[in-house]
Amino acid sequence: MSKDFQLHPDLASTFAWQVDSIYFLLIALSVLFTVGVFTVLIIFSVKYRRRSDDERPKPIHGSTALELAWSIIPLFIAIGVFTLGAEVYFRMYRPPADAIEIFVVGKQWMWKIQHPEGVREINELHIPVNQPVKLTMTSEDVIHAFSVPAFRTKRDVVPGRYTTMWFEANQTGEYHLFCAEYCGTQHSTMTGRVIVMEVDAYQQWLGGGVSGESMVDAGARQFVQLGCATCHKAESGGRGPSLVGIFGGPVQLATGEIVTVDESYVRESILSPGTKIVNGYQPIMPTFQGQISEETLMQLLTYIKSLSESE
Amino acid sequence: MTTTSTTEAPSASGHLADPDVNYLNNEYGIKSWLLSLDHKRIGLLYLIMTTVFFVVGGIGAALIRIELMTPGGDLLEADTYNKMFTMHGVAMIFFFLIPSVPAVIGNFVLPIMIGAKDVAFPKLNLLSWYCYMVGGGLATFAIIAGGIDTGWTFYTPYSTTYANGYVSVALFGVFINGFSGILTGVNFMTTVHKMRAPGMTWFRLPLFIWAQYATSLIMILGTPVVAITLLLVVLERVFHIGIFDPALGGDPILFQHLFWFYSHPAVYIMIVPGFGVMSEVIACFSRKRIFGYSFVAFSSLAIAVLGFIVWGHHMFTTGQSIYAGMVFSFLTFLIAVPTAVKIFNWTATLYRGSVSMESPMLYAMGFMGLFLIGGLTGLFLSTMATDIHLHDTYFVVAHFHYVMVGGMVMAYLCGLHFWWPKMTGRMYSEVMAKTSAVLIFMGFNLTFFPQFVLGYLGMPRRYHVYPDEFQILHVASTAGATVLGIGYLVLFICLVSSLINGAKAGPNPWGAKGLEWMIESPPTPHNFHETPVVTFEAYAYEEEDTLLPVPGDGQTTGAVSH
Ligand code: HEC
Ligand SMILES: [Cu+2]
Ligand SMILES: [Cu+2]
Repeated sequence: MSKDFQLHPDLASTFAWQVDSIYFLLIALSVLFTVGVFTVLIIFSVKYRRRSDDERPKPIHGSTALELAWSIIPLFIAIGVFTLGAEVYFRMYRPPADAIEIFVVGKQWMWKIQHPEGVREINELHIPVNQPVKLTMTSEDVIHAFSVPAFRTKRDVVPGRYTTMWFEANQTGEYHLFCAEYCGTQHSTMTGRVIVMEVDAYQQWLGGGVSGESMVDAGARQFVQLGCATCHKAESGGRGPSLVGIFGGPVQLATGEIVTVDESYVRESILSPGTKIVNGYQPIMPTFQGQISEETLMQLLTYIKSLSESE
Repeated sequence: MTTTSTTEAPSASGHLADPDVNYLNNEYGIKSWLLSLDHKRIGLLYLIMTTVFFVVGGIGAALIRIELMTPGGDLLEADTYNKMFTMHGVAMIFFFLIPSVPAVIGNFVLPIMIGAKDVAFPKLNLLSWYCYMVGGGLATFAIIAGGIDTGWTFYTPYSTTYANGYVSVALFGVFINGFSGILTGVNFMTTVHKMRAPGMTWFRLPLFIWAQYATSLIMILGTPVVAITLLLVVLERVFHIGIFDPALGGDPILFQHLFWFYSHPAVYIMIVPGFGVMSEVIACFSRKRIFGYSFVAFSSLAIAVLGFIVWGHHMFTTGQSIYAGMVFSFLTFLIAVPTAVKIFNWTATLYRGSVSMESPMLYAMGFMGLFLIGGLTGLFLSTMATDIHLHDTYFVVAHFHYVMVGGMVMAYLCGLHFWWPKMTGRMYSEVMAKTSAVLIFMGFNLTFFPQFVLGYLGMPRRYHVYPDEFQILHVASTAGATVLGIGYLVLFICLVSSLINGAKAGPNPWGAKGLEWMIESPPTPHNFHETPVVTFEAYAYEEEDTLLPVPGDGQTTGAVSH
């Protein structure tokens, strides 16, 4: 983390220069327009200053050609900048398939982070350099926002749903982590550090973590403890559908609608099973709303996902 | 309506020939003010109360800026700090910015500009002021009784489930205040449609009227949405009906959609009337017709309409669908075009004009500079890639202060200086007025420019404590705020002292065109002695100045012909 005064933030992710180049382009445009308009204003104000009180300048009603020119030129500039911005935004929204998946739970006023290997940390996020990282995030209470200025990206962390963000750090070091969405009394101390490490150092750090149980293992254990396994068996024929291989694929609901099984769908299936009933099954699954923590839910989710990865 | 009746001269007709009777001295006593149906008096009531709220909001701002001089939280507790920025936002937005130009300046000059005796519904006009007072009273009560710490945006589920204090009371206050805006909007629209003097065709209207008309449209269409939304928050808070809180089965993002559906257009409620002021002042002080009148007029309407379909640009980071985000981003870029058109037309108005830099014009130039920067930095936020980084940082804070304070407040002060002689019959000290304009311009830039840099560095908004390396920029910002504060003080002294020892203004101190400059200053209770007949276009600065005839005065000049 930098302690000295800077005029420009660190560039520590692959997004940084992409965002910065649009930023500098916009600065150039802004300076051009401001200086342009002001120069003209000053020239006019001086050149046409009132010299005597009975001046009655001739009226000029306007000029359609000029109006068109100064509507169409800004319009094209606007479309250009829009396109550049949208393209980068598109990339920010599409995590690469090989991204490391890390889970984040925000609550008033701390960040709880869970690595797939089982290591947990609070207000700190350790990640390896030059590897895409995807965060799956939710909140236990109000809306927060996970913001890492050096990576030029942020995303809201919303209760009741998963949001995701991704980045690829390309500079080792420590960077600010801020909560950017106002969340109450200690909002401004809901901060932390993102520590970007060389890959070896990261592996070592992971190995030195406290818990030996990976998220998939923890999820598998919970799956049995919570009784999910009594209805959901590996092969079909149980009281509930088999969860093997469902993640990422389509599922037909009792209404006939076909939906894709993603994080939100699994989340909803567990917390309010009655909302979307799988075709051919009875709505007998009990709700787990309020009975399992966000962290456990994330473990179950990782476990269910892992059931679709082996094949 | 009584548009065409030229002879109607009610009980006040006895005064008509007496040039010393005006709307200020025709009746005395507190009741004559509090129950007045005169649009001019109601305008002044609004002027006084919006100034009070400006001071309340200003105190919040001062405490915030002092606190932020150091990175630690040493002056205010975290909770107090949160209450201060909420108070600052609520007071400034709902009780100062939104009503200031429409309800103060609009109330005063709109009917006169179109040659009417009053607005269409004078009683509703007074009622609107009372809605404002009740709303403001409730909000003030909430602030004094315990404060609110939700921020002026009232985001759920924080505001519905987690926030302490008198949130419901404050929300209800803002709800009631909404009616004040709706009533003003309805009133102005009807007035413009029905009460124009004979000959005052749509394309002879001063651009200020077009701007007010566009604003009224937004007030009427937008305000009910936010009013209902805030009421839903109250319902969820008090009765735990699940609307926004996911724990109760609600959707927190829904609130943001509803809130910004109003609150983005509200930006235009604040700024579009300011555009109107600019057109009047720039025309007057360059003695020229506004270049491209119809383009300027229609760009106000275009902005008003487009303003309703861009709200999603506040939500690029919420995880809304990429495609929705792209549509909102694109539409936001489109708004830049009519806005740029206005700036270019105002600039072109000076061409071959007769330009004089009296204080209103100086304020107008300040507006041009600051609003330009405000608008251009808006592009950084409508560009999705940069918005992700800048969202909820000081860059946003700086941007909307450039638009709202640099643009809107400058325009308001510009209008206030321009019509002050008309409202009060007095001239203020030109030296003091110019000093205040320069101080405000410089103080403003020093306060808010560093915040752009802070924002790009990543400093989040609504932070009470912050990392050390941001301190230099915060200190600069606080220093600027001090200069800004002094500027406002000079302005206040300048205007108030004009009431005591200002020179008599006369009907038309600026040599301006328009019906309001053809009658006495201050105007008589019914503005016109006879309904004027308009035979000229707006801004006919090539013509000689004229006054409307005063009966029994021996003056013969009728309305000017074109
Ligand atoms: C009483 C039996 C029962 C228990 C216990 C149970 N479920 Fe279910 N579950 C069902 C049934 C029946 C369905 C299909 C009907 C529906 O969609 O509600 C289902 C559906 C699901 C689905 C959607 C599957 C698909 O193919 O779309 C998921 C995911 C799921 N359950 C996860 C869990 C988890 C995790 C637990 C433990 C925390 C659990 N269930 C506990 C009976 C059960
Ligand atoms: Cu926060
Ligand atoms: Cu907006």
